[in-house]
Amino acid sequence: MSAPREPKIRIRGLHKAFGAKSVLRGVDLDIGPRESMVVIGGSGTGKSVAVKCALGIVEPDGGSILIDGVETAGLKGAAREAVNARMGMLFQGGALFDSLPVWENVAFGLLAAGQRTRRDAKPVALETLAQVGLGPEVGDLMPAELSGGMQKRVALARAIAARPDIVFFDEPTTGLDPIMASVINDLIVECVRELGATALSITHDMASVRRIADRVAMLHEGRIVWSGPVSDIDASGNDFVDQFIHGRASGPIRMAVRR
Amino acid sequence: MNPLAAIGRAFLALLESIGRLALFACAAVSHMVRPPFYPRVLLRQMVDIGYYSLPVVALTTLFSGMVLALQSHTGFARFSAEGAVAGVVSLAITRELAPVLAGLMVAGRVGASMAAEIGTMRVTEQIDALSTLSTDPMKYLVAPRILAGFAMLPLLVLVGDIIGIFGGYIVGIYKLDFAPAAYIDQTWRFVEVHDVATGLVKAAAFGFLVSLMGCYHGYRSAGGAQGVGRAATDAVVSSAILILVSNYIITELFFAK
Repeated sequence: MSAPREPKIRIRGLHKAFGAKSVLRGVDLDIGPRESMVVIGGSGTGKSVAVKCALGIVEPDGGSILIDGVETAGLKGAAREAVNARMGMLFQGGALFDSLPVWENVAFGLLAAGQRTRRDAKPVALETLAQVGLGPEVGDLMPAELSGGMQKRVALARAIAARPDIVFFDEPTTGLDPIMASVINDLIVECVRELGATALSITHDMASVRRIADRVAMLHEGRIVWSGPVSDIDASGNDFVDQFIHGRASGPIRMAVRR
Repeated sequence: MNPLAAIGRAFLALLESIGRLALFACAAVSHMVRPPFYPRVLLRQMVDIGYYSLPVVALTTLFSGMVLALQSHTGFARFSAEGAVAGVVSLAITRELAPVLAGLMVAGRVGASMAAEIGTMRVTEQIDALSTLSTDPMKYLVAPRILAGFAMLPLLVLVGDIIGIFGGYIVGIYKLDFAPAAYIDQTWRFVEVHDVATGLVKAAAFGFLVSLMGCYHGYRSAGGAQGVGRAATDAVVSSAILILVSNYIITELFFAK
């Protein structure tokens, strides 16, 4: 499968440095509409930074991030909020607001955008919770009362509640047991398919990659060193990809000790 | 190492910190007056700062008023001026002690908790999550807290004024054998609206500073649990210093002849 001609997200020459440390050194990536792209790479290679640049949380030093052909790098204020209203994000640790009950976490985006009143938002939140396999009794609990797997489900519900057309997943299965990881992977596939959304995920978990990806890109030392359909990953012919997917200690990838 | 270069670097770092804090304060104030507003968040903060700080402020001002009555009586007895006790207690409480003590107590209670809460939100990516949900963290987290601190500390100080003077009254009547009517009369004759008003102006300034420092240090925290702990400590220490410095400046502005 090749990348469609008109990508939903087009990233070109993305650069970001923190002080003297250059994290992104010219990332180029195209993601087609309704495509599920997974970016793999070792810890500290800049995967999360690239996603945070796309969401406007981190301002890139250079490069371009086009969404539906419109430049979004460097957007601020209301323009950024308008772009982000079309996106959802599942954070690695869930990042649920611990001062709010679960249903308000899920409905937060709807309430913030003024799309719904609190009275209208609650049924939508409970419906979205049902979509990720959680009953209405969970809605009134606080995030601290939930297990790690349930928190991930709630975070997924929050990411999709406003029916975004782009969803980002930051290491969605980290810290979960293999069964719960598999449940989350299935939910991600189902939800993204049902929304008709474009998905960009970053992960180390190869089981997750094989389950949720249409296409895979490998990030190493701030650049994309390989990209292709997930079906080609075992025969990529790329030493970096081979070492990564087989988890070999020896090879061209040297893990950095410092961040 | 060149010592002059080290001094220069430290001075530039200080200027940078002041500039960063000033920009943060300007951004927070501008968000207070621009919609959208979050009345539920504001109300929750007002209750947290105002209502839940009442016991600690009440106890502090009560015992300060009592001690002040005892000490001033000891001092004034040497000049046979015991009659001035009621006036001195009420002036000291309204002008200085209630606002400064309430400010310091709220800095310890609320400033630290704001820094810890916002700091935890920073290190657990909750602040990033707010941005992705089309919500400006400055508007949602910082502006309501600073506004609540600014509005609630004067109310706390007003209550503290009454309780502090009452503390002096209890000691005056039951320990120092003042006539209740004479003590109350002395208090009324000494205290002017100006005295109470300056105390409230100070309280508003201290409330602003305490919330600002709590939010600023929490917002900029990094480095996990240790960073959050450092943010809470920095918030309390910087609030306390700013309260004492600004107290002098405001006193100089209001009372300098």
